[in-house]
Amino acid sequence: MDLKSHTTTSDAESIDLELVCAIQNGLPLVSHPYAYIAAQLGLSEDEVLTRLKRLMETGDIRRLGVVVRHRELGYRANAMVVWDVPDEKVTEIGRLIGRQSCVTLCYRRPRRPGRWQYNLFCMIHGRSREGVLNNLEKMVERCNLAWIERDVLFSLRRFKQRGARYGVDQDTSHRPVNRTLLGVE
Amino acid sequence: MVAQKESILDRPLNEIEKRLLNDFQDGFPLTPSPFQDIAEQLGSNEQIVMNTLEQLQSNGLISRVGPVFRPNRVGASTLAAMAVPMERLEAVAALVSGYGEVNHNYEREHDLNLWFVATASDREKLSSVLSEIETRTGLEVIDLPMIEDFYINLGFPLQWT
Repeated sequence: MDLKSHTTTSDAESIDLELVCAIQNGLPLVSHPYAYIAAQLGLSEDEVLTRLKRLMETGDIRRLGVVVRHRELGYRANAMVVWDVPDEKVTEIGRLIGRQSCVTLCYRRPRRPGRWQYNLFCMIHGRSREGVLNNLEKMVERCNLAWIERDVLFSLRRFKQRGARYGVDQDTSHRPVNRTLLGVE
Repeated sequence: MVAQKESILDRPLNEIEKRLLNDFQDGFPLTPSPFQDIAEQLGSNEQIVMNTLEQLQSNGLISRVGPVFRPNRVGASTLAAMAVPMERLEAVAALVSGYGEVNHNYEREHDLNLWFVATASDREKLSSVLSEIETRTGLEVIDLPMIEDFYINLGFPLQWT
């Protein structure tokens, strides 16, 4: 399924989109949440479950579960570690870093010559700055990354944090689907 | 009358809270009564599981029980960075956060000191938001969209000590 194909959206895909919109802000905390969503969308519970299973299989839903807020759980230190990896090595190094348990995101992004030299980004959360740096040092050693130029950007103030939105809330999901948002959590 | 909600931030987390936070970041049951299934795994009951999740949510320890989508499956998103003079940082951050398209916005330790994630229905709309921010602030916005996602781990292992 390609949710992006605006012009060729089939009925099946538009139902998937409505489903995604209906659950994007979370499942209702009721005994039968999928039946609840199904009733909202005029589907059967079975169909909702089948569709969700398929969205997980295709990877469109990366995971389903409790989405924790790191800072509130005491993980106040959060570093974006950026790496200047030779382009021909970036996939290999990215996969390696993306597998490390202390890492919560790992993306390749473009360089911007003269303004920004780093092409690989990962996020490391920890309870303290020292904890994050310690995890980073261990990872550098374990994965043999010392040769790659890097920088560590700790977060200071958080001005805003919420999940990306499609633009249609759960309680308005009967409205026509307004294709809007989806991004990095 | 609404009773004052107990804040679970004022006491250590109990075992059920810890397990809900740690063990169910992925693999939430796709079954008709998932909270009942979780309760069985925890040796608890469905109502306690639902109440506990509700409380974790109202206290802000979890943002939701639900899906995390693969980035960039719908619409377009990017990470953007700005070098904002310190005396303007709060005002510029507020301006940026004011956009519905912006979902994360952090100050970071770097010359590029403001980093935000923006998502929109398509690339064109996203670019127009970024250029509007440039126009309104008079500051350059560096646009760093994801090219490839290497992340494999699911969820975030919590440590309680």
